Amino acid sequence: MKKAVSLALALSLTLMSLTACGNTASETTDAAATTETTDAAADTATEATGATFKIGGIGPATGGAAVYGLAVKNGAQLAVDEINAAGGINGTQIEFNFQDDEHDAEKAVNAYNTLKDWNMQILMGTVTSTPCIAVAEETNKDQIFQLTPSGSAVPCVQYDNAFRVCFSDPNQGIASAQYIGENKIASKVAVIYDSSDVYSSGIYEKFAAEAANQGIEIVASEAFTADSKTDFTVQLQKAKDAGAELVFLPIYYTEASLILSQANTMGFAPKFFGCDGLDGILSVENFDTKLAEGVMLLTPFAADAQDDLTKNFVAAFQKAYGEVPNQFAADAYDAIYIIKAAIESGKVTADMSAQDICAALKTAMTTISVDGLTGAGMTWTADGEVNKAPKAVKIENGAYVAMQ
Amino acid sequence: MSFISYLINGISLGSLYALIALGYTMVYGIAKMLNFAHGDIIMVGGFSIFIVSTTLGLPPLLGILAAVVICTALGMTIEKIAYKPLRKAASPLAVLITAIGVSYLLQNVALLIFGANTKLFTSVVTVPPVTMGEGQITISGETIATIVVSIIIMICLMLFIKKSKAGQAMLAVSEDKGAAELMGINVNATISLTFAIGSALAAIAGALLCSAYPTLTPYTGAMPGIKAFVAAVFGGIGSIPGAFIGGILLGVIENLSKAYISSQMADAIVFGVLILVLLVKPTGILGKKINEKV
Repeated sequence: MKKAVSLALALSLTLMSLTACGNTASETTDAAATTETTDAAADTATEATGATFKIGGIGPATGGAAVYGLAVKNGAQLAVDEINAAGGINGTQIEFNFQDDEHDAEKAVNAYNTLKDWNMQILMGTVTSTPCIAVAEETNKDQIFQLTPSGSAVPCVQYDNAFRVCFSDPNQGIASAQYIGENKIASKVAVIYDSSDVYSSGIYEKFAAEAANQGIEIVASEAFTADSKTDFTVQLQKAKDAGAELVFLPIYYTEASLILSQANTMGFAPKFFGCDGLDGILSVENFDTKLAEGVMLLTPFAADAQDDLTKNFVAAFQKAYGEVPNQFAADAYDAIYIIKAAIESGKVTADMSAQDICAALKTAMTTISVDGLTGAGMTWTADGEVNKAPKAVKIENGAYVAMQ
Repeated sequence: MSFISYLINGISLGSLYALIALGYTMVYGIAKMLNFAHGDIIMVGGFSIFIVSTTLGLPPLLGILAAVVICTALGMTIEKIAYKPLRKAASPLAVLITAIGVSYLLQNVALLIFGANTKLFTSVVTVPPVTMGEGQITISGETIATIVVSIIIMICLMLFIKKSKAGQAMLAVSEDKGAAELMGINVNATISLTFAIGSALAAIAGALLCSAYPTLTPYTGAMPGIKAFVAAVFGGIGSIPGAFIGGILLGVIENLSKAYISSQMADAIVFGVLILVLLVKPTGILGKKINEKV
């Protein structure tokens, strides 16, 4: 009997590690059913010459991070349609093909291979960091130009053929600490982060380092892991006991929605501050958006900004998809226009091979300056990082409002 | 003050583990098999309630009722189709592996039907939160409900086994299947009943789990299921009070180590304690040493 129990125990441990993997590789099975081919091909009238720029996109259209993937897909499609309607890039139309990766590295590489079979010339993706790192290995090997709208982990752009539109994780951590410090939002801060996630722990480390310089005292730094991401009462209680005025949440919105509701249940009402991972919290199915009232997040895009570019984009996006665009949609919209600017500057034509296009765009990226939704006068360095000013938004009455 | 709050939350988490562990331990005690699909039946219960009360908008009580009926039927069907034919198999491993197979089957079928998007579950508990110690401690209604429901269920279960005929039959089957059969006990029916009760408990655990931690995915039941299994072993598998004590201890140790040692190390500590207990007392806290008859 003893043997049977210990055998079963060993099995359960194995099972546990399996489910642990399952969490990241989880959103897999319905892949085949939902492999998406966008209607791009149908939308885009191929010019008489037959040559078009073939831009591929990869991101989670289903699964836990689907809010990001769908926003990127829609944002990019909007930009592509606008450019095509205005006559294309130097008279050449764009074809856009978006593939689902379910926020899974393996699926992302499969999606990349599908796009390669489609003769993709430029990759706009991937949306989330972990798949992005995997795909960057492939694009570097094949020398295909890659621009990620939102892959923020450092290694996403470690090769010279990859660039990004968003801030990197370390930048987000530093910028958050600076923002909180300079605007005197709080001096006692608690952090709750996911120690099993590279995005979350990356931001946390830089935030902690910069907080010291800003006179911010970190009174509690609490972690959770992918295996225990439902119960945050202990972490919140410790933050409450430590007298935290603000809880910094460098995590994704699903866990954040739980944290907000658990904090509410225990009667703990500090300020909450997060990074771009919190973007999407308002669209969680069945989530009481009142709980997110007053939450601040660092994001380069606020849908209520009053400049013409933002106003037109938001109106067009709402008309096409019936919802207010988030930061990811804006990143993707910018990404397509950045590719357009780089193509024009690098004098790239559609009949060039993907490798030649990559070589030309690499040089062009460091010379262009783009005014986009997510920043004015964005420029890039050869290491793939973008220079632009961070902005913060606050959730008021269920919508994002820019902070001063 | 916060110690009390950690403790209460730990007991609440532990009662959930205990409720799930009851199902594991009953099935193990009577059918001598580990039903690894138990955690996923919880998930099915969660989704049943979600559909009935959130999607269809019917009252939550009806949702719980539907979940109990669906889970009971599911548990009995699984037993009939997947486990019963293997009961006489030469190796006990066969049915163990089948159980793991059923677990993955349930997860993936749920994934196909509901997709992987996280659903936010509306709590079915209507107990108001209690505030103590001049507002320093707030205990949520879900916490109170979980603890109370678990205790009631454990007492009912023990009374059922001690007092009722069917319960006595269960005891007899667990002690000696062959002799029980000779005494006129329908072994197959008794095992079916065990699965029915275990699965009904899983449905209730699903309702409480999803109310306390309101996210619902096809993997919702997997991790609590495994931790509950550990709790069952911890307390002495096969013993009903053992499962209860094991569950509560596991929850309290987990929460206190999160609070006072390290939130990152909590799981490592929980499983470390488990290994220690098993080294000292291999049958678990309340487990009895059974001498195998030759």
